Amino acid sequence: MDKNIKTEAHYAERASAQETSMPATSESQSKSKSRTTSASAPRLGVEKTYKLYINGKFPRTESGRYFTVADASGNNVANMCRASRKDFREAVVAARGAFSGWSRASAYLRSQILYRVAEMLEGRGEQFVGELTATGSSKRAAAQEVTAAIDCLVYYAGWADKYQQIFSSVNPVASSHFNFSILEPTGVVSAIAPQEKGLLGFVSDIAPIIAGGNTVVSLASEQNPLCAISFAEVLHSSDVPPGVVNILSGYRNELNEHFASHMDVNAVIYNGADADEIKLVQEQAANNIKRVVIRKKPAAPDPYQIMDCQETKTTWHPIGG
Amino acid sequence: MMPEASTAEMSAPAPDHVSRVDQVGVEERVARFRTRSIKKSSKVHALKLVLSQIDLTTLEGQDTPGKVRQLCQKAKHLHDTLPDIPHVAAVCVYPMMVGVAKKALTDSGIHIASVATAFPSGMATTEAKLEEIKLAVEEGADEIDMVISRGKFLQGEYQAVFDEIALCKEACGDAHLKVILETGELGTLDRVRHASDLAMHAGADFIKTSTGKIQPAATMPVTLVMLQAIRDYYYKTDRMVGMKPAGGISKAKLAIQYLVMLRETLGEAWMTPEWFRFGASSLANDVLMQLKKQETGVYQSGDYFSKD
Amino acid sequence: MSDGKNAIKLNYDTGWEYAAAPESTDHININDRYELFIDGKFTAPKSGAYFDTINPANEKTLASVAQASKADVNRAVKAARGAYDNVWSKMKAAERGKYIYRIARIIQERAREFAVIESMDGGKPIREARDVDIPLAAAHFFYYAGWADKLDYAFPQKTPKPLGVAGQIIPWNFPLLMAAWKIAPALACGNTVVLKPAETTPLTALKLAEVIQAADLPPGVVNIITGDGSTGAAIVDHDDIDKVAFTGSTDVGRIIQRALAGTDKKYTLELGGKAANIIFEDAPIDQAVEGIVNAIFFNQGHVCCAGSRLLVQESVAKEVITKLKERMQTLVVGDPLDKNTDIGAINSAAQLERINDYLALGQKEGAEMYQAGGKTPKKGYWCQPTLFTDVAQSHRVVREEIFGPVLAIQTFRTLDEAVSKANNTQYGLSGGVWTDKGAKIFKVGQNIRAGVIWANTFNKFDPTSPFGGYKESGVGREGGLHGLSAYVNLH
Repeated sequence: MDKNIKTEAHYAERASAQETSMPATSESQSKSKSRTTSASAPRLGVEKTYKLYINGKFPRTESGRYFTVADASGNNVANMCRASRKDFREAVVAARGAFSGWSRASAYLRSQILYRVAEMLEGRGEQFVGELTATGSSKRAAAQEVTAAIDCLVYYAGWADKYQQIFSSVNPVASSHFNFSILEPTGVVSAIAPQEKGLLGFVSDIAPIIAGGNTVVSLASEQNPLCAISFAEVLHSSDVPPGVVNILSGYRNELNEHFASHMDVNAVIYNGADADEIKLVQEQAANNIKRVVIRKKPAAPDPYQIMDCQETKTTWHPIGG
Repeated sequence: MMPEASTAEMSAPAPDHVSRVDQVGVEERVARFRTRSIKKSSKVHALKLVLSQIDLTTLEGQDTPGKVRQLCQKAKHLHDTLPDIPHVAAVCVYPMMVGVAKKALTDSGIHIASVATAFPSGMATTEAKLEEIKLAVEEGADEIDMVISRGKFLQGEYQAVFDEIALCKEACGDAHLKVILETGELGTLDRVRHASDLAMHAGADFIKTSTGKIQPAATMPVTLVMLQAIRDYYYKTDRMVGMKPAGGISKAKLAIQYLVMLRETLGEAWMTPEWFRFGASSLANDVLMQLKKQETGVYQSGDYFSKD
Repeated sequence: MSDGKNAIKLNYDTGWEYAAAPESTDHININDRYELFIDGKFTAPKSGAYFDTINPANEKTLASVAQASKADVNRAVKAARGAYDNVWSKMKAAERGKYIYRIARIIQERAREFAVIESMDGGKPIREARDVDIPLAAAHFFYYAGWADKLDYAFPQKTPKPLGVAGQIIPWNFPLLMAAWKIAPALACGNTVVLKPAETTPLTALKLAEVIQAADLPPGVVNIITGDGSTGAAIVDHDDIDKVAFTGSTDVGRIIQRALAGTDKKYTLELGGKAANIIFEDAPIDQAVEGIVNAIFFNQGHVCCAGSRLLVQESVAKEVITKLKERMQTLVVGDPLDKNTDIGAINSAAQLERINDYLALGQKEGAEMYQAGGKTPKKGYWCQPTLFTDVAQSHRVVREEIFGPVLAIQTFRTLDEAVSKANNTQYGLSGGVWTDKGAKIFKVGQNIRAGVIWANTFNKFDPTSPFGGYKESGVGREGGLHGLSAYVNLH
């Protein structure tokens, strides 16, 4: 894939675009340096293998199957893991295992970790611009998408320790009780990412889920899965505990049903407008009364998207001496 | 010096070993008792039971032998024109009036209860309190209503309170000891529970809410907590302890609600004058008026019932 | 008590019994026949079919009630749509609120009538109908009335808009109260309503229709149609419904969720439960015992949030169970209209059969069963309050919702064990925790996956307090600020 990412001009453009942003990490600096070298003195590129991200590890699909992602001209950009229902099952186990710790992590910590993710993405921005342009984005659009994704993470990082204050309540009941309602994460969320905007769509989808203390199994855009899978590397280096975010690539028509039907998943988010797919997801979700969120078109980030995967818990206690 | 009574124990239960009480829960339970609808024959039964459980009381600075004799007359003859009316359980007077009451109540079957121990404040030395008890018993009191030292209790000197009760019990001899907690000064139901346990373990035959001189006096929540303490003590020791709410119960309807509470908390065995008393001065006449109303179907006037 | 453990020493069979104290019914007017309430009028069903609603305490027929067919559902939805388009969505919000206030006031004025009919039609004790159901129903209308012109404050940065026509299907355990829970927020948010009460308890909803007429609510804003499951299905399936609100079993909830797949209808589901009520050794034991009674015997246990599983710490298990058995001696089972009745009639023959099946099953599974005993009337449907001890998580009486006065009792040793058992269920509607230690309340409360936590209390309800479940106990909240979300679109 790296064969499509090669100009120094691009890196110069990126560098100037981020002159007010965080400095890149030493890791990505050295990486871009080596790439620059390879571009000026041609050598055989070392291509990246895209794998799944489950429980903080990068396994290949247990099925051994793959599918290909092509650029605008139809050239093969990468072989992607075509995740199976068993991969999904493993990912749900990981997400369930991580839920207790993540849901009880302090809001402050979740906020810091999300901000850390934004920092890491900022540092690796070039890589994502490259992946986006490789699959058809213009450079400008790619750069915009990357910065929007970073800003989205910062936005939700800020919400992580605030939405509770906006949406909780103290309820003035008539009896001699103190009564309050707080929000708690719904649990394990399966999320079918938007097909468009392989990075921003994915990030916009998972950020409010994890900001709210849920854990997630996400199905990357089938059309442009590169960024979502690469984003795993960002998460991996950002103190996000293993299992909090699990990322699969594969076919929607194979996985939608399982994303919606799994009995240990508490909510399913579907991004897209395909009526048949929506119906399938809604039907299967009824197995265990899953919360179903359908997002037919992308929405600007807002805290109501955090609320989509929150439960209201109301506590009563007597007031007495 | 420790009491010899076999039922008493050596030391006061510490507060952290005392059952917890939730005030709102107690009030909710009481509200349920108060919604019981007691009608017709069950009301008549209850009214007569209430009369038989009354400690007819006069505890005034202006009490005189004449006043006490009038009270004793009332105790014996609540309302002679109503059939099948029981007499009250006891009259309750100051120690110096016990002799007068004793004479007036000869062969009536009505007990003489005497407050003692520097009633109502309890602000005297233990020695003085014991002397007062002995005097009252010598004069003929069947029952002694003592007050606990609330100051010491609130200071956390539980053992001192315990020891004093035990000594009083010893001083009572054959007389029954009722221990007044003065719950209106204890502040919380947790303390009511603690004081109840303490008094029972120290040998109390009865535990009693109040002197009647402090507000609030008896309330249903306080009484429920004490009844529950009695039940737990009974389960633990097999010894029955009596209960006496006192002060503030002047209406028949409220007294019946207390009986409902008694019935549903301690059951049949406590539903007698031997184990449950009302400390009251004006309750009897309201009960009599209700009985008359049940008999005639007509609401009554106080002018038709003797006031002493 | 066969083995002598947890034996009761006190005798509650006293010489003083409470004489019968029946609430009079002479001020009650129940028609022989009730039609459908559509577009502000009572109209005969197109089907011409009627069914009987009976008093479960004596099996006597109270009234004949119309069976709404698909055509009737069409009429009702059409009326609701018309009222929405032409009147209700155009009305000033403050005016909308004033209509809802009116409803609240009229219910208060007619409270005694409602209480008696609720008790007769459903079998619940008059004490509960009088002290809980009816006052809370009125309070619910009163609370949501005030929201009508304040919705912008409930949703920061959004513009809440009504959904349109809400189809609402309610259960038989709290007939008027559930109608209030459904109708009040729907109207406050500017929606119109087609409501179907349960087949066995339609009367107070039809009385509510009279109230709505008396309040001069514009025709079609609230339509109340009676019928069985097929009527409910016709409402759910109707193309011109924008929202479905359902309270009932998880099984039916699942069917509804599935039926709504592929539509844009919003929905809220208030479903089953199997709540754990956890008693720690440092609890106020006497109040906890009363809490257990309120948790499982309130409304004959016909409560989705009932504390049907008791988890009691081993060190106090003996005391708690003994006291619970004592308390059960004093529960009065019988005529629901008697003011002293604590436990009324089981709602229907079918429900009684279901409960009895579980009683047989529990014993077959090896659990020890305890009932307080006592007589019940010959006619009618009755179940004595029942305990099962010696049960484990694997017993079906521990796992499945019985919806009757049947409590499964387990013991635990540590906090973690209690929480783990409490959460070991597909449900998550409510939970109870009893301890004198504040920190423990918060820890347990935080760890129980359920929508309502009652700490040192149980089965408390209030219009300002959101109610609803985690997991298979449902989707969405009813009551309070959070209950508004179910009836608005946010832009």
